[in-house]
Amino acid sequence: MSEVLVLVEHVEGQIKKVTLELLTLARKLGAPSAVWTGPGYSAEAKAKLAEHGAEKIYVADSADITDYVVAPKVDLLAQLVSSASPAAVLVAATAEAKEIAGRLAVRTDSGVLTDVVGIEEGLVADQSIFGGGVNVRARVTKGLPIIAVRPNASPVEAAAGAGAEEQVSVAVSEASKAARVVERVKEEKGARPELTEAAIVVSGGRGVGSAENFSLIEKLADSLGAAVGASRAATDAGWYPHQFQVGQTGKTVSPQLYIAAGISGAIQHRAGMQTAKTIVAVNKDPEAPIFELADFGVVGDLNQVVPQLTEEIAKRK
Amino acid sequence: MNIVVCVKQVPDTATERKLRSDDKTLDRDAADGVINELCEYAVEEALLLKEAHGGEVTVLTMGPDKASDTIRKALAMGADKAVHLVDDALHGSDALGTSHAMAQALKKIGFDLVILGSESTDARTGVLAAMLAERLGVPQLTFAKKVEVDGSSIAVQRVTDYGYDKVEATLPAVVSVVEKINEPRYPSFKGIMAAKKKPVEKLGVADAGIDASQVGLANSWSEVVDFAAAPPRAAGTIVKDEGDGGVKAAEFLASKKFV
Ligand SMILES: Cc1cc2nc3c(=O)[nH]c(=O)nc-3n(C[C@H](O)[C@H](O)[C@H](O)COP(=O)(O)OP(=O)(O)OC[C@H]3O[C@@H](n4cnc5c(N)ncnc54)[C@H](O)[C@@H]3O)c2cc1C
Repeated sequence: MSEVLVLVEHVEGQIKKVTLELLTLARKLGAPSAVWTGPGYSAEAKAKLAEHGAEKIYVADSADITDYVVAPKVDLLAQLVSSASPAAVLVAATAEAKEIAGRLAVRTDSGVLTDVVGIEEGLVADQSIFGGGVNVRARVTKGLPIIAVRPNASPVEAAAGAGAEEQVSVAVSEASKAARVVERVKEEKGARPELTEAAIVVSGGRGVGSAENFSLIEKLADSLGAAVGASRAATDAGWYPHQFQVGQTGKTVSPQLYIAAGISGAIQHRAGMQTAKTIVAVNKDPEAPIFELADFGVVGDLNQVVPQLTEEIAKRK
Repeated sequence: MNIVVCVKQVPDTATERKLRSDDKTLDRDAADGVINELCEYAVEEALLLKEAHGGEVTVLTMGPDKASDTIRKALAMGADKAVHLVDDALHGSDALGTSHAMAQALKKIGFDLVILGSESTDARTGVLAAMLAERLGVPQLTFAKKVEVDGSSIAVQRVTDYGYDKVEATLPAVVSVVEKINEPRYPSFKGIMAAKKKPVEKLGVADAGIDASQVGLANSWSEVVDFAAAPPRAAGTIVKDEGDGGVKAAEFLASKKFV
């Protein structure tokens, strides 16, 4: 069986859920080979990858790989593509991994599909485009299929793989060292799950009214173990940081549950959230378009409804 | 500094967007064409850099004839001249074909800095800037929320999931910008009038040195097998808050096993 390369996403050694989703998908397509980049590899990481089906684990954990923007990871994957002749390469559809996929496609003269939500027999990929309005089935017709899969789009199922470890030394070319990362600045907002990976997202919009009042949204999120999101009206006003924006020009999320408070449901906001499994809306305007999407909606003032909901969830725990 | 800013015409996100049933490409006639919003931020950043460091701003677009509206918009904002890659042979090019065509045009124009929006609202692949950096063999400074040029050095703040990375490189380079990096200016009346007289060079596949076997739908690296409108969502339950809206919402969440 051919190998399927899976680029591992991790934060300082902590493997992200999307990687386990990709390994689960890869098992249907061939023998999953996890590709680890940058510092942080550990016995614990190895065990986790193997538990989810990695037959092989290629480890390139030198800092050289992550000290420069994108290109060294492309060098590494291109090297593995030529040595392992995989059937496909899977990456997460995050901003950076899509860039890696794009450059790898140029480098290996291969096709790339992004924003994939499922992969069928014969490497036909399901894509959700135009903000969830149209579903497309597409396939790569030249070269190696390089596929970027959205986080939260497919399930995680454990199944043991051999987890055979192979250290890879990659010669990072001078050209790939052209854009150097000199500092990483962390601007985290509490220890919440990451927006695109979270099973539950609670978002606030203009109706929240102020930066301080976003604490109502955060408290509800925390009662559910959820990530916090925001509409563009809220990020434009500076009430919440831009990286939490959901929508056409923000993040695309497809959680199990999306709660929208004080958000009207403009088409550009819907583009980022309408593939959520269940949608709950709180809005004082019964005509707000968000109610057209909602599985459950409350017409009312979020200043009353949201704290009461938070309290009620706490009671039920 | 010689800055080339790449802009794209896209269907207005406020209208219903469609694929064509004949060749399964974007239906550009079904919706109004507008400048991709993130491209306005790219144009603004190019103009700010020109104002600070001198030089010239060239607009580069690839698209059908009607994309000339988008070129005029960028020229009206203050760009100096434009190159329009327009050729039937380019229709249906995927990201690989588009990046090949744009890279060839950029080599022909020459540049110190190429600036793009980080993604377009229609395809949303977010890969073009990275592909251009790969093809041109220059540093990739993408998803920038801040750009600073000092002589031949360039530093950007690259947005990440956890905040941002400070990245440094030497020109020439490719930069892509995110929303909120600046506040794009509105074209003034004077700008709109002046734009009418600014030079727009039209280049076809052969003029730009584009390899015809790398572009167009038939030479694409991927194909659409089929497509369908997403099924509409089933209607939900909407209640009016009568002092118990939060409790009712909690009951709904409990019925779905979220609490
Ligand atoms: C190219 C382009 C890209 C865009 N990208 C994005 C994007 O990525 N993400 C995004 O979100 N938007 C995006 N937009 C903007 C989008 O069109 C809307 O302007 C935006 O989503 C509105 O945000 P909102 O719903 O918070 O605000 P509004 O539309 O102003 O809605 C606020 C809502 O809050 C309700 N409300 C007010 N007070 C209360 C209260 N006390 N209790 C309950 N409800 C209350 C109101 O009834 C109203 O429905 C984009 C626009 C364009 C043109």
